[in-house]
Amino acid sequence: MLAATANKGAEVTAAVLAASQDGITLVIGLAGLMAFWAGLMEIAEASGLTKVLAGLLRPITSRLFPDIPPDHEAMGAIILSMAANILGIGNAATPLGIRAMEKLEELNNNPGTATDSMCTFVAITTSSLTIIPVTVIGMRLAAGSAAPADIIPPTLIATGASTLAAVIIDLMWRKLGQHSGGQE
Amino acid sequence: MTVFLQAMESIGSWAIPAVVLFIPLWGLIKGIKVYEVFIEGAKKGLAATLRITPYLIAMLVSIRVFNAAGGLDILTEALAPISKRLAIPQAVIPMFLIRPLSGSGALAMLGDILKTQGPDTLAGFMASVVQGSTETTLYVLTVYFGAVNVFRVRRSLTIGLWADLVGFVAAVCACSWFFKG
Repeated sequence: MLAATANKGAEVTAAVLAASQDGITLVIGLAGLMAFWAGLMEIAEASGLTKVLAGLLRPITSRLFPDIPPDHEAMGAIILSMAANILGIGNAATPLGIRAMEKLEELNNNPGTATDSMCTFVAITTSSLTIIPVTVIGMRLAAGSAAPADIIPPTLIATGASTLAAVIIDLMWRKLGQHSGGQE
Repeated sequence: MTVFLQAMESIGSWAIPAVVLFIPLWGLIKGIKVYEVFIEGAKKGLAATLRITPYLIAMLVSIRVFNAAGGLDILTEALAPISKRLAIPQAVIPMFLIRPLSGSGALAMLGDILKTQGPDTLAGFMASVVQGSTETTLYVLTVYFGAVNVFRVRRSLTIGLWADLVGFVAAVCACSWFFKG
């Protein structure tokens, strides 16, 4: 509809073709990483490593994810995914995050609908956990900035504010849902 | 500066080798058949990739068509009075709109702003902070929920977008505070 009013048929046609192809390129790029990190995670789970990790951070995680059993593998997967995000290892973050979602799905009694823990995990992930935005600093340096890293303090404030907002809104939503006795 | 960047990069580049060595080693110590278990996991990883593909393509095409049809321009124009009142540089407005939708789109836009406005202007500074401080909400939602075939995402989208908005407001405030133009 928008296209018709703006008379942009050719642009839209090109966008459809390019976007579908880019989708496949993106997935092919991701496939190898997905296989690799999932393989590594399988070892970490079989050897009990994820449980050890989960135990270390239990005081924090048990509050954020009250409905995951403390030594369930989902907990360890969530922690590893968040660690990859914080350290800025972007190419490991997505495979590890998906792995965590699969473990959370094992606890889901209602397939097709997100559980509370899934909502919390996704909310925290989308709010971004990156501490040092290496890519952006590199781009600024390349663009000839006199002080490329000056963005770190405001970036930390913005990241902190959005993550805090995500956690607080999520907690409130959970509490309200419990009071009304409903699903949401 | 470059020393600091190199230090950050080397932390990033050593984190993966450390993890990649440590996990199989731990597995060996615990008596796990490391190779067999790895293959089992890798199969699951590939299956998950295939599961998310349709979701990813649907999302990418919708966003690109929206942009190509001029949706972004119309929204940017609609927001112009607000940006003027809050003293946000006009060039940064499309950045706020595209950041939750497309990671590569936002990165391209940041590159463009850095080039046309300069990295040390308020516009360049603010766009950098916006890029660095939030995630591509829609991509995370699509891929994470797509992997487990969850369609009813409940509060996730709402929280994700609200968190983005809070992040943007914080970015604008912090940038005005820290920016030494």
